[in-house]
Amino acid sequence: MKDVLSRFWMRLIEPIDVPLMGFTGLLMAIALLVLGSASPERLPAQMLNIFAALVVMRLAAQIQPQRLMHLALPMYAIGILLLVAVALFGDISKGARRWLNLGFMRIQPSELMKVAMPLMLAWYFQKREPLIRFRDYGVAALLLLVPVALIARQPDLGTAILVLAAGFYVIFFAGLPWKVLIALLLAAAAAAPLAWSHLHDYQRARVMTLFDPESDPLGKGFHIIQSTIAIGSGGFFGKGWGQGTQAQLEFIPERHTDFIFAVIGEEFGLFGNVILLGMYALLIARGLMIAANAPTLFTRLLAVSITLVFFTYAFVNMGMVSGILPVVGVPLPLVSYGGTALVTLFFGIGILMSVHKHRMLVQK
Amino acid sequence: MEFANPQEGIERFRRRLGVAALFVLFCFGLLILRFIWLQIVQYDYYQTRAEDNRISLVPIVPNRGLIVDRNGEVLARNYSAYTLEIAPSKVRDLDAVIDGLSRIIDIQPKDRKRFYKMLDESRNFDTLPIRNRLTDEEVAKFTAYRYRFPGVEIKARLFRQYPYGAFASHLLGYIGRVTDRDLDKIEDQDQEDNYRGTLHFGKTGLEQHYEFELHGTTGFEQVEVDAGGRAVRSLARIAPIAGNNLTLTVDARLQQVVEKAFGDRRGALVAIDPATGGILALVSMPNYDPNLFVDGIDPGNWEMLNTSPDKPMVNRALNGAYPPGSTFKPYMALAALELGKRRPEQAIHDPGFFNFGGHQFRDDKKGGHGYVDMYTSIVQSCDTYYYMLANDMGIDNISSFMAQFGFGQPTGVDIDGESRGVLPSQAWKRQRFKRPEQQKWYAGETISIGIGQGYNAYTPIQLAQAIATLANNGVMYRPHLVKYITDTRTGKQTVIEPTPIRTIALKPENIEIIKRALVGVNKEGTGARAFAGAEYVAAGKTGTAQVFSYKGAEHKTEHMQANLRDHALYIAFAPADAPRIALAVLVENGGFGAQAAAPIARQVFDYYLLGKLPKEPAKADEDGGD
Repeated sequence: MKDVLSRFWMRLIEPIDVPLMGFTGLLMAIALLVLGSASPERLPAQMLNIFAALVVMRLAAQIQPQRLMHLALPMYAIGILLLVAVALFGDISKGARRWLNLGFMRIQPSELMKVAMPLMLAWYFQKREPLIRFRDYGVAALLLLVPVALIARQPDLGTAILVLAAGFYVIFFAGLPWKVLIALLLAAAAAAPLAWSHLHDYQRARVMTLFDPESDPLGKGFHIIQSTIAIGSGGFFGKGWGQGTQAQLEFIPERHTDFIFAVIGEEFGLFGNVILLGMYALLIARGLMIAANAPTLFTRLLAVSITLVFFTYAFVNMGMVSGILPVVGVPLPLVSYGGTALVTLFFGIGILMSVHKHRMLVQK
Repeated sequence: MEFANPQEGIERFRRRLGVAALFVLFCFGLLILRFIWLQIVQYDYYQTRAEDNRISLVPIVPNRGLIVDRNGEVLARNYSAYTLEIAPSKVRDLDAVIDGLSRIIDIQPKDRKRFYKMLDESRNFDTLPIRNRLTDEEVAKFTAYRYRFPGVEIKARLFRQYPYGAFASHLLGYIGRVTDRDLDKIEDQDQEDNYRGTLHFGKTGLEQHYEFELHGTTGFEQVEVDAGGRAVRSLARIAPIAGNNLTLTVDARLQQVVEKAFGDRRGALVAIDPATGGILALVSMPNYDPNLFVDGIDPGNWEMLNTSPDKPMVNRALNGAYPPGSTFKPYMALAALELGKRRPEQAIHDPGFFNFGGHQFRDDKKGGHGYVDMYTSIVQSCDTYYYMLANDMGIDNISSFMAQFGFGQPTGVDIDGESRGVLPSQAWKRQRFKRPEQQKWYAGETISIGIGQGYNAYTPIQLAQAIATLANNGVMYRPHLVKYITDTRTGKQTVIEPTPIRTIALKPENIEIIKRALVGVNKEGTGARAFAGAEYVAAGKTGTAQVFSYKGAEHKTEHMQANLRDHALYIAFAPADAPRIALAVLVENGGFGAQAAAPIARQVFDYYLLGKLPKEPAKADEDGGD
């Protein structure tokens, strides 16, 4: 009996990468600790979310990368179809058309795109290897920009940025020449005023309040003001778990989701922030290491994109909560409350594990 | 752009991984710099802001001091009631919030109007009431829905109450909402901190004059609040200190007797204790209910009080200036004695008129009073005697003598905004008028000054102060309403010491002559009817002040429009040999002083000296003389 159990356990953890799991586990611990202060009544639900996400991770970890390649095109195609469907028939909530009602459930197709996009582009470049021509980058850019535009129009700036980043990382690591990259950046800088005129009012307001949050202390600037007060008043060691006045007296809005980092900053101070950043850095380092050792172009691109998207999540969220980036709806990865983002992130971690496990199997 | 060699592609990929790693470190480094900036460099600033967020210093408004009469009867007090208040700084859409509130609690359009008016006027309030005096049921209802209304709360506030309603209103005054003008006064007194949270301020009367005594010391509570502005717990508390209590020299029951005696007539009465200057009653009729002003008066009542032809808001005792009429004569006589212009037994012959400069000054009595000495001139109120006397004395002699009695000067009573009245003199006229021909004093103008007409105009409180000074043999006190102020914490009483303003140098025998004549008025003269059967000896003088001058024409009172009829006046003190009370009564358009004013004085004396309550309001006698 004991033997059976131990064999089962061995099979269960067989595809798990210990360092990656370890850093993820520590981040989960931090997440539960903070949620226990910010919103203790949500702890059971979040534990369920974590369990579901772990199952997804474990399943992803054992999928062979070749089989993932088969998924790339269908997932991408379904994703596009659903985004178009959202644009046509989607439900509107809080002024944005993001959800698709399937009758028995509501889904947010943009979330699927976060996974489908790097898969699709990595698959595409794998197909073109070893001769990647210049126009392949053009095709990839088109494959990227169509869904990004659809998502940005919903409007959902946060998700659009993450999908854009995911695709961009793939294209860059596929070998996009620096010259082209720099030219693109310059063109983007030149086009910024044009883009400004196409932004929604609420998006403009968010950018404006970044520069001067005190101009509208009761309205748009309230979130940023209160979260920077929370972080700043944390000092070096913080006010202690459950002792953050900004958090506990509800001055921090969305303190269990997008603004949970403010709770960490207030209750655990600079010390806690640095530990959290360290955790993320280690997780990212491990992801980059896996990418470096990945056997195929597809797995390399997939691994680096997943890892850097994770970084993008973390940086954009902490940047906005601490007031150096505009407020876009990006959660703090692995820490913010909520199931969907958690499942997507763990799915990515599972793929990283799979890439790592199968690094020796597809050698040329 | 192509990679023929996969190995080269991998190398390039790894180089770019290095770039990515550096980029990650760079971004995280930026974040750490930001955190150091916020959490180390700016820590004190954000710490303070977090504390400001969390801790709210809530002022605890002190109990306003009570006002009680000399016998301890409470004339102004406080009661506690719940109010529904909105913190405008914590609410984004006031209209929407008020709409929401009106669905659970009765909020009238006038409540809304008042709220916005207060919002316009106020500068420094944390919260403003949208509804006052909530019922227990309304309090319970709101508490159930409170979570829907961040920035709205129930507060217990103290309200001023004048238990007798429309009574003694001109002396008590009233309180109302703090306005910008009041804030200036508060700043002048360096009391801004002490008035944080105070909604009311004394507007008139004693409430105004003694505002800073009555207010008390505001307490403070340090409260932890959440983002919705709701108190979570109390951190510290400094208790407020109630305002000082005022104990008045006024006898509320006497005041009541007077107000009843007036009935629905207009006028004023000021009764003074001659030995101290303490005011026993200060009445101006009609009065009004000061309770109307406490929560902010509604426009309907305000309109009514201000447009009423009876002008109930005017404090006639202090701000009405009336010719004293014949009540001026005793002082004229006294001046004549003091200045040696007349001897008491020196008689004139009165034909019923006095000719001066081609103009005939008539006496009230057709055919005249015949031979008139000083005693008779006062008892029968002979005009011709005083026409002649005024002419003999000259305006500036009259003016400087009368000034000693306080005519034409503020008495210094402890109510603000007292009028000066007019004590005519050559200097006064020069100052008063612009054109040179108007600035000159004509000798003919002096004649009617002698009978208290012409430019003469005095407030009832000046008339009362003058007769009290005469009763007190020339020793003059400042009339005052507050006897002592009690510190509510220590119980220490600060007595307003009566100090004589001046002692007029008068010969006792001259005073005696005038007083005897004033007793004669009530015994055998114009006041005899009103004082028939009195169980004490009262000294008095009737007066009738012309509102409208009929040049040479005969006029009959009853045929005239009510508001053109003469004002009835009466000044008196009693008991004559040891005066305990001196008073001046004025009944606007009351006709003859003897008919309208003297009976009120009789009731006052009967009550004050004998404790006798009148059976009915003093009625004007059917006939009588000036």
